Amino acid sequence: MSLTYDDVIAKYEPVLGLEVHVELNTKSKMFCGCSTIFGAEPNTQTCPVCLALPGALPTVNEKAIESTIKIGLALNCSIAPFSRFARKNYFYPDMPKNFQISQYDEPICVNGFVDVEIETDEGPKVFRIEVERVHMEEDTGKSLHVGGATGRIHGAEYSLLDYNRAGIPLVEIVTKIVPGTGKYAPEVARAYVAELRDILRSLGVSDVKMEQGSLRCDANVSLRLIGAETLGTRSETKNVNSLRSVERAIRGEMIRHAELLNKGERVVQETRHFQEDTGLTRSGRSKEQAEDYRYFPEPDLVPVAPDAAWIEELRAALPERPSIHRKRLQEQWSVPDKEMAAMINADVLDVVEATVALGADPAKARSWWLGEISRIANEKDMAIKDLAIAATDVAEIVALVNAGELTDKLARQVVEGVIAGEGKPAAVIAARGIKVVNDDLALMAAIESACAAQPETAQKVRDGHLPAAGALIGAIMKETKGQADAARVRELLLGHLGQATN
Amino acid sequence: MIRNSAFDMAGKLASGEITSVQLTQAHLDQITAVDKDVHAFLHVDTQGALAQAAAVDAKRKSGEKLAPLAGVPLALKDVMTQKGIPTTCGSKILEGWRPPYDSTVVAHLKKNDIVILGKTNMDEFAMGSSTENSAYGPTHNPWDLTRIPGGSGGGSAASLAAFEAPLAIGTDTGGSIRQPAAVTGTVGVKPTYGGVSRYGLVAFSSSLDQAGPCARTVLDAALLHEAIAGHDPKDSTSINAPVPAVVAAAKAGNVKGMRIGVVKELNGDGYQKGVRTRFEESLELLAAAGAEIVEVSAPNFEYALAAYYLIAPSECSSNLARFDAMRYGLRVGDTDGASAESVMNLTREVGFGREVKRRIILGTYALSSGYYDAYYGSAQKVRTLITQDFNKAFEKADVLVSPTCPTTAFKIGEKANDPLAMYLNDIATIPVNMAGIGGMSLPSGLAEEDGLPVGFQIMSPVMKDDRMYSVGAALEAALLSKWGAPLLSNIPALAGSK
Repeated sequence: MSLTYDDVIAKYEPVLGLEVHVELNTKSKMFCGCSTIFGAEPNTQTCPVCLALPGALPTVNEKAIESTIKIGLALNCSIAPFSRFARKNYFYPDMPKNFQISQYDEPICVNGFVDVEIETDEGPKVFRIEVERVHMEEDTGKSLHVGGATGRIHGAEYSLLDYNRAGIPLVEIVTKIVPGTGKYAPEVARAYVAELRDILRSLGVSDVKMEQGSLRCDANVSLRLIGAETLGTRSETKNVNSLRSVERAIRGEMIRHAELLNKGERVVQETRHFQEDTGLTRSGRSKEQAEDYRYFPEPDLVPVAPDAAWIEELRAALPERPSIHRKRLQEQWSVPDKEMAAMINADVLDVVEATVALGADPAKARSWWLGEISRIANEKDMAIKDLAIAATDVAEIVALVNAGELTDKLARQVVEGVIAGEGKPAAVIAARGIKVVNDDLALMAAIESACAAQPETAQKVRDGHLPAAGALIGAIMKETKGQADAARVRELLLGHLGQATN
Repeated sequence: MIRNSAFDMAGKLASGEITSVQLTQAHLDQITAVDKDVHAFLHVDTQGALAQAAAVDAKRKSGEKLAPLAGVPLALKDVMTQKGIPTTCGSKILEGWRPPYDSTVVAHLKKNDIVILGKTNMDEFAMGSSTENSAYGPTHNPWDLTRIPGGSGGGSAASLAAFEAPLAIGTDTGGSIRQPAAVTGTVGVKPTYGGVSRYGLVAFSSSLDQAGPCARTVLDAALLHEAIAGHDPKDSTSINAPVPAVVAAAKAGNVKGMRIGVVKELNGDGYQKGVRTRFEESLELLAAAGAEIVEVSAPNFEYALAAYYLIAPSECSSNLARFDAMRYGLRVGDTDGASAESVMNLTREVGFGREVKRRIILGTYALSSGYYDAYYGSAQKVRTLITQDFNKAFEKADVLVSPTCPTTAFKIGEKANDPLAMYLNDIATIPVNMAGIGGMSLPSGLAEEDGLPVGFQIMSPVMKDDRMYSVGAALEAALLSKWGAPLLSNIPALAGSK
């Protein structure tokens, strides 16, 4: 019999631990000059260093150190005046040196925290997530296992190796254990990853695209009886690829653990893989016999000893924290919570802010990006950011509408044209011959011909049956190819048929 | 022509008396004549060397300003990558591999128009003191072909003693330049760690490895030292400071007023009688040349060997992990259905020799969780203590001296099955690597009891490499005037030698 989530939290307290890997967006790799651009032909972005040819030596990418220090500062960490790289030794074909250069007992940033706010039964509540460490390491290459049913190395006919990713700078952000979240554990975990993503984006140090793997989360969960001191055995769910999955994976693991514990069985300490389709995890490799990585200080690299003055410079230049920034915008724009959340979810907050900065009214800017433009993005199955329309275009269109040069309907055509690649709004307007028909004489001609064509309808309106005017207005708009201002048409039509408009 | 010093060869090239092609051909002829007995070379790049020599001659003819050693040939230890030229490190696992890039040392050699004759034999991955651990057979000491030429750089040292090359590149992790120099009657220098780039030096033990010059005279070594040294952005551990003025020091050879510290712990019991006699005699000559001889103590040196055999294997166990058959070199067992893991295992089983495996296992063990603190951790502490011993000693002396090795060259096979006896050969050279300072070995004569060369070691503080050249040149001059001819003029003629 499967347990409900309520059964679980009535009896157990979850304890979380989150490890987030972030690919930095530096131009070159962590320890060599190779490009980091995503999606190049396999093995074209490699050199003696990242292929681990005999004799080649690593050198540290200064930019990566700078980015890591920025992350540490943004997460309220102390920056170590002296830190070292270490070798993590294990054999795997996609790891060219058969050791990974990482940091072990001397990470660059330690002891930080992130506050996240979530909605609870008692209203909004802040949870503090303590960050144990932030350290630098290099990514591995990628294996593609061909043949076999699972796409895994076991049972594959052969494997292909792409070392383009080998040596891409990674930052690992590790929390301390997070107790005390109770039934909100899944939401808190999700909010933490979302907050991290926003912070990293605001720092400009990573693309933070979970779906492309530039931000990957490993979620550790254990349960203990409510009131117990000792920690339960944890499982580690790897590579959870979306915010929603973070929440689902933790919830699912809590239920799975509770079912085992209730049956008197034990939780196996192991790596598990999250399955997007079922929301469940499956067993990966067991960590019962912990692998011995034989860490030791990397002798090929001198220690990292960042200058204190430089750290202060970086601290002073940190951007406003995204959650604070958002609160400020929400107040300035007087946006209800729900709409604010909608903008954040649709990932349009930045572009709305940019549009407003160009003079557009916040409500208009919001409605364009969340409405018409989101709709087109959905239709094309593209991210809004990848559409060929920018804040400047939307600000221009809003201004044209305000000036009466465009109607909302025409403006939608302009937006569509811009997205279709027909050029800037002015060019679309010119090319498509879009203009507002605000010449009353031209409109009157259309009104008269519509009334002549539908005399019975016209008579109904004259008799005071105002809803009938709709059919006439439709005909007139059709006649004027939609370029007329519908409100003005209605005004003139009703006047023409002897009805007051107010 | 091939018995000259590199400095004299350079002079004759500059004056037009000889061409680089003639000089290079003369050395190639000597290699053809004697290397079947000596086996100093693993690969001779006849065409490449002659082409390079011809290019230098053309440059000289056109009046281009050339580097001091332009046109002089050199032998390169097979642990250094040279683009397109086989680089095996004396191991089967790299058989057939041709690097697609030049090591920084090779780039410097090419820039200086030094002609690279080929690659010299070595103990596999530089692990050994006799060159017997080469997968391609041992090198023989030109003084006595039944004896070892030292190691790991036995090929480089033997090529100098056999007049196959006037200059060579070696690498020194625990004595691999200095001990071969000592037992072959040649000069070998391990510069300060970080003085010469390690980029392209196939790593044995990263924190100890250092490339350096091998030659027949102190001045030749200094000229080569200046050619290959200097900061390299591709090596994070390379020192960003001017190269010490080693050539000037070697030319002046002035020891007046210098304090020379004799390390008490690196002499006495365990050192062969003839080694001690030659050492005492050298001290007298240096005193006569105006140096002050003082005694210093380095109490922690007794732990150096043990600590070295934890640090070096630990680093090697990790450095040699890359030889996994996935990207280059030997691949064994790649049959249908074989897993990557089994190919890796089989290749490493077949590709590595016994000594390499011994050290990988030792290092893997020393780094294991639960043992790390007791082994690797303690060894690092010893390393710090050794450095402190040196620092204290250098307060009392400008350079330190000792015999380079406890004995003269032993017989091939004599210690092959006794690793501990083999390791003891490096007892006087290892502390230098542990502290990252400079060390030189130069010939101090022949031991009376066996007529074989004895080495004199000079150690100088970090980036004060010029000091060991001052002392080395002074001692060399004093010995030369005593002997009337260089030590190598006593070497028995090899069959077919020119």
